[in-house]
Amino acid sequence: MSVDKLRQAYKAWQEKTLKNALEKQPERCETFTNLSGRPIERLYTPLDVEQMDPVTDIGTPGDYPYRRGIHPTMYRSKLWTMRQFSGFATAAETNKRLHYLLEHGQTGLSIAFHMPTLMGYDSDNPRARGEVGKCGVAIDSLRDMETLLNGIPLEKVTTSMTTNAPASILFSMYLAVAEKQKASWKKISGTIQNDILKEYIAQKTWIYPPNPSLRLITDIIEFATKEVPRWNTISISGYHIREAGSTAVQELAFTLADGICYVERCLERGMDIDEFAPRLSFFFNAHNDFFEEIAKYRAARSLWAKIARERFKAKNPRSWKLRFHTQTAGCSLTAQQPYNNVVRVTIQALAGVLGGTQSLHTNSLDETLALPTQEAVTIALRTQQIIAHESGVADTVDPLAGSYFLESLTHTMEKEAMAYIEKIDAMGGMVAAIENQYPQKEIANAAYQYQKEVEAKRKVIVGVNKYVMEDEEPIETLEITEAMEKAQIANVQRLRQERDQSKVDIARRTLTEKAATKENLLPYILDCVRTYCTLGEIVDSMKEVFGEYRDPGDY
Amino acid sequence: MPAVKARILLSKAGLDGHDRGIKIIARALRDAGYEIIYTGLHRTPEMIVETALQEDVNAIGISVLSGAHNFLFAEIIRLLKENKMEDVIVFGGGIIPEADIADLKKTGVREIFTPGASTEEVLEFLAKALPAQPR
Repeated sequence: MSVDKLRQAYKAWQEKTLKNALEKQPERCETFTNLSGRPIERLYTPLDVEQMDPVTDIGTPGDYPYRRGIHPTMYRSKLWTMRQFSGFATAAETNKRLHYLLEHGQTGLSIAFHMPTLMGYDSDNPRARGEVGKCGVAIDSLRDMETLLNGIPLEKVTTSMTTNAPASILFSMYLAVAEKQKASWKKISGTIQNDILKEYIAQKTWIYPPNPSLRLITDIIEFATKEVPRWNTISISGYHIREAGSTAVQELAFTLADGICYVERCLERGMDIDEFAPRLSFFFNAHNDFFEEIAKYRAARSLWAKIARERFKAKNPRSWKLRFHTQTAGCSLTAQQPYNNVVRVTIQALAGVLGGTQSLHTNSLDETLALPTQEAVTIALRTQQIIAHESGVADTVDPLAGSYFLESLTHTMEKEAMAYIEKIDAMGGMVAAIENQYPQKEIANAAYQYQKEVEAKRKVIVGVNKYVMEDEEPIETLEITEAMEKAQIANVQRLRQERDQSKVDIARRTLTEKAATKENLLPYILDCVRTYCTLGEIVDSMKEVFGEYRDPGDY
Repeated sequence: MPAVKARILLSKAGLDGHDRGIKIIARALRDAGYEIIYTGLHRTPEMIVETALQEDVNAIGISVLSGAHNFLFAEIIRLLKENKMEDVIVFGGGIIPEADIADLKKTGVREIFTPGASTEEVLEFLAKALPAQPR
């Protein structure tokens, strides 16, 4: 059908069918906007995708630019990895939870560390008071890592570790456990988050300033590319950017701009793009706005493919493919009527799957109240299994492709994200942008705007600003005891008594010396780990050279 | 808008980096006419009370989303007493279970706001809690 004919048909529809309908029943509001504040049209038609080439723009799955997915058969061959993030209390407690999840059909591990570990403090540091084991598992040394992974065959599972500032240390501990299990570094696989830029932007768990932090990340990528070839050396994350209040386009743009910065650092190191780019992975949020999220994942794939191929001249198709993990949006969950969160998580998880995610974490219903109980985690895992096996959405590739709305939204988000990336390039790249507080301010503005929308009830949150129930019964939550903190402090202090202190001193001194050179630090961090230096000691040995980063405290 | 601008110290105690909420509160209180001092992240109870003393504030708002609230609030209250600053109003917000809120209030924390609370509720609380007299 010709474009003119289509235009005529829609004009006729507007003048007759639509006009009559609006006269009888006006619409619910004058303008409709999505979660990011973007205006949404009444109807999308073939005219909205008229400029799009079905072959080059939308394409076929498994082919450049991968808008429809990175594999030709997607979930028909292999379902996504169901990877529930877990960690609390001591290594022994978390080890039990990991075994439980594996027994119940989870297919990959994902470890959450407690705040002191993430910030580089041992459990007996005064800065750790009250925090031990609260937000994740306490790992102070290789000994804790051995307990955490006890009975888990590292050649058979893949493990994701959410660690950024001390990623080099926790990765080294994992490698040291693999050595002890006689698991080959060439065979083990998993992911370290290792994405420090989004820490300055959003999650705010940092230790060192940006440049030494980026050096450590480049060291890890360089080391692992050679020594641990199946490891995903970084998970470039938009998740936390979104949780901090960004829009979907900001999440997309800042994440890819971070990715560009990491690639540039590796290239400056003299690495070949096609050696390391295939092991870069990404991590996105799945928020409530169903179509916007699906469009975001599809746009991310095409954008990264183009960046890798055109900007960085990668030749290996594996370098072009954006592989990503998805987690449902923690910030969308409500403390009010918490069982409703199961429904929210289902919608969000479905968006992740329809967007072609490689792995998925579904949040538990009680996570606005505390770390999840075992029962809540089980429901969250079952949600994924129901989507995979009962809904039918996994049986055909990219089922929403060709939707006038979705394709048009994908295209627009791609363009808008590219405009942000160009702006950041013009500032001199992401490190300069962060130093100017640019992404931080963009996010804080978006978060404040959204809060105002919610308080004015222009955005409805069920159970919070509409359909509110008074006198709700509280639900059971997980409690981490003070006794646990004492036990962990005793663990780390006992370790310091039992190890060979002279070996520790030598390993630490060598690390400090090497930190001042340009050498790759991973072998020296591994030496520290093997002699049972604590995480805090290793961090401090590098702090002497690298210094510390502090929050500028803007709002 | 309050009759007299009160000075309010806002701070992130402990190690967690979730500052979305406190930044929103900072902007909302500022827009309502309060004078805001925001310390930024990763403050210890000692640092917070020290700043409160130097800045001579009327109230301290603390955000904790790491689960360390019981220790951190108790320590801040203890240090305020030690410095004879009991008149400074302490309030807070974060991921804090119901059961803990009751205990925190017994120790002297005036109010705790949990996820879903509006900036309006925080403003109403402050309007009641802060004495509207010239300083």
